[in-house]
Amino acid sequence: MAKAPALPAGFELPLKQRLPRIGSIDQVAVEMRAGELAKRSIKRESKVWALELAIRCCDLTTLEGQDTPGKVAALCSKALRPDPSDPAVPSVAAVCIYPNLVPVAVERLAGTSVKVASVATAFPSGQSPLDVKVREVEEAVAFGADEVDMVIDRGAFLSGRYAQVYDEIRRVKEACGDAHLKVILEVAELGTYDNVRRASLLAIAAGADFIKTSTGKLPGAATLPVHLVMLEAIRDVYEETGRRVGMKPAGGIRVSKNAIQYLVQVHETLGPEWLTPELYRIGASSLVNDILMQLRKEKTGAYQSKDYFTND
Amino acid sequence: MTELSKRGDPSPVPAEWTYAPAPESRDIVQLQERYGLYVGGQWLEPAETYETVSPATEETLAEVGQAGETDVLAAVEAARGAFENGWSSLPGSERAKYLFRIARILQERSREFAVLESLNGGKPIKESRDVDLPLAAAHFFYYAGWADKLEYAFPNRRPRPVGVAGQIIPWNFPLLMLAWKVAPALAAGNTVVLKPAETTPLTALLFCDVIRQAELPPGVVNIVTGDGRTGAALVDAAVDKIAFTGSTEVGKAIQRRLAGSGKKLTLELGGKAANIIFDDAALDQAVEGIVNGIYFNQGHVCCAGSRLFVQESIAEPVIEKLKRRMTTLRVGDPLDKNTDVGAINSRAQLDKIEELVATGRDEGAEVYQPPCRLPERGYWFAPTVFTNVAQSYRIAQEEIFGPVLSVLTFRTPEEAVEKANNTPYGLSAGVWTEKGSRILWMAQRLRAGVVWANTYNRFDPASPFGGYKESGFGREGGLHGLEPYLAFDGAETFGG
Repeated sequence: MAKAPALPAGFELPLKQRLPRIGSIDQVAVEMRAGELAKRSIKRESKVWALELAIRCCDLTTLEGQDTPGKVAALCSKALRPDPSDPAVPSVAAVCIYPNLVPVAVERLAGTSVKVASVATAFPSGQSPLDVKVREVEEAVAFGADEVDMVIDRGAFLSGRYAQVYDEIRRVKEACGDAHLKVILEVAELGTYDNVRRASLLAIAAGADFIKTSTGKLPGAATLPVHLVMLEAIRDVYEETGRRVGMKPAGGIRVSKNAIQYLVQVHETLGPEWLTPELYRIGASSLVNDILMQLRKEKTGAYQSKDYFTND
Repeated sequence: MTELSKRGDPSPVPAEWTYAPAPESRDIVQLQERYGLYVGGQWLEPAETYETVSPATEETLAEVGQAGETDVLAAVEAARGAFENGWSSLPGSERAKYLFRIARILQERSREFAVLESLNGGKPIKESRDVDLPLAAAHFFYYAGWADKLEYAFPNRRPRPVGVAGQIIPWNFPLLMLAWKVAPALAAGNTVVLKPAETTPLTALLFCDVIRQAELPPGVVNIVTGDGRTGAALVDAAVDKIAFTGSTEVGKAIQRRLAGSGKKLTLELGGKAANIIFDDAALDQAVEGIVNGIYFNQGHVCCAGSRLFVQESIAEPVIEKLKRRMTTLRVGDPLDKNTDVGAINSRAQLDKIEELVATGRDEGAEVYQPPCRLPERGYWFAPTVFTNVAQSYRIAQEEIFGPVLSVLTFRTPEEAVEKANNTPYGLSAGVWTEKGSRILWMAQRLRAGVVWANTYNRFDPASPFGGYKESGFGREGGLHGLEPYLAFDGAETFGG
């Protein structure tokens, strides 16, 4: 790339002049820091606390071509009561599904605390005309989705057309109305931590309520260093503007230990304020059962077989 | 649905997430009540003893020997005997076997050593576990590899061992400094008499058990514990070389004492390193580097980045980020796996830190310490940062050797170099910038033995370490680290 194009006129991060507006990320050092934070030893009551929080922050997800109303209905039941044998286990934050299945979930979850999130904007590639993407968002919201998970156009981003990415997010945000917008960066396709930071700030500037790592459709989705880079972008924006943006790692978080490592990063980077489903989500499908298994182990002192936890 | 929605309500959650204590068990360490002096493969009963404590709790851990002059002479004699009766003429490949064995035993017993190191020295277990022990073993592995290749390392110079090496090491990295000293000395075919620091003798004494396990011939490594008097006796004894790591003051005294004696000498002394942050640096990672540079091992690091130079245009955000990061530092029980900053090594060191910090306040610098509850017993000092520091303040000039950072600013690269070099010390420096060319430009001009770029406090046995000016002379680590332990036909290298 000969020269990065100028940022779009609307891309006004209200950062102080003195702070480099975008800045850069040192790969070696950020991976080292993420490695250090991953060594925190979380035991006993602090572990139970973290595991319950992880459940409350979970976006229980199914995004398959074979999804049916029956599958989504089952997922909604699991979302409400992850562990039917233990009423102390809280509901998850939301279910995350394709737009066509939103009406099913809305019906099952009406009046509960569990939100309905719909992916949109030609998920997972984002390679469709903008009008089509906007229309898809409008439909999902009309079906009753509380939250929209959009993907950025990585083709546009990687070819340096930042203005296009920015405008798309703006248009989608308008189409969302009251629905919360999560912007998926698909970090596995961005290639560098510098790009992750750039894309994070771009999405935030364009109005994202949450930034999200991945679609979950690629290997190498959420990683601890990428998560840290995105948290630091959120923190920089908060420090400069007071605006709180949410974070959602997704893809590849399958075991409790891993989930706790993500929560430790949030705790030590953004602080306890962010440890709430209002500002933090974990996109996962198989994670919940592992957490349930760990929680039951903490409560009873013994591990139980997988057969004691429902597959939905 | 209404019933379900009630059950779906989130349960009340405590506001704060506090990490439960996660202490590493002490059970793995079997402490003796009393330790003698390790001379000629035997434990000698010392005439005098003193108590060594845990700086985190002030509890007495053991009684150790205060070696007198006769003990030191006996140790040197044992080392001389071992040198002449076999060790120096052993083929290098045979010496290497012993070093490889020691390295492997250290790895096998690393948890035991790590716990003891944290217990006796006060450093966080995560550091002794992840830094001190792996590096100590790595040094033995590394120098084991050189033992049979000295002719290739120094072609046409006919290297031979110098004889008996007297080695005096500090309390900040007790076992690691032992490894830095013992491994190259043995690889080169010398025998050693080692004096651990007064406050941290226990891992060196446990190392005697590693020597026994490795079946090292008696007298090749001798360990005499005690205070400065023991060190002075060792300097005066009939050794062929002195290697000292410690304060500049003591280093100067040793150099005066040895002048004209013909004994080889290497000194690794104090430092007041500059950690230089340019405005194009990756800021969050630079802040990690600042924290690692000064709060690693409670700042008890000779190469600690104790002077922070920030380009003025980014001083404000960097200091804000730094202060915020400091609030997440966990100060407390060194044996807790989540502890970031442990105990100050001794009462004497704590007094020195407190005195210098008081002068900083008096001189007009602005002080910041994050809120943290320090334990009541033991020696503790909260992580501290001074801003508005002038080059002339004592806290910008003198080595504090504690978790205390002085922040200064600069405007141009030339000014950064000038200020960074404006110190009697010259051990290390850090440069943070995204510009590769600027890193090289700076490294050429900084008068420091080690210049780290976009990292700090990184060590590797293959990389030489040592100082300029009052930070000492001679190099440890790498090929350079062998040279002070070798004599060559023809010219002697100056000072070591």
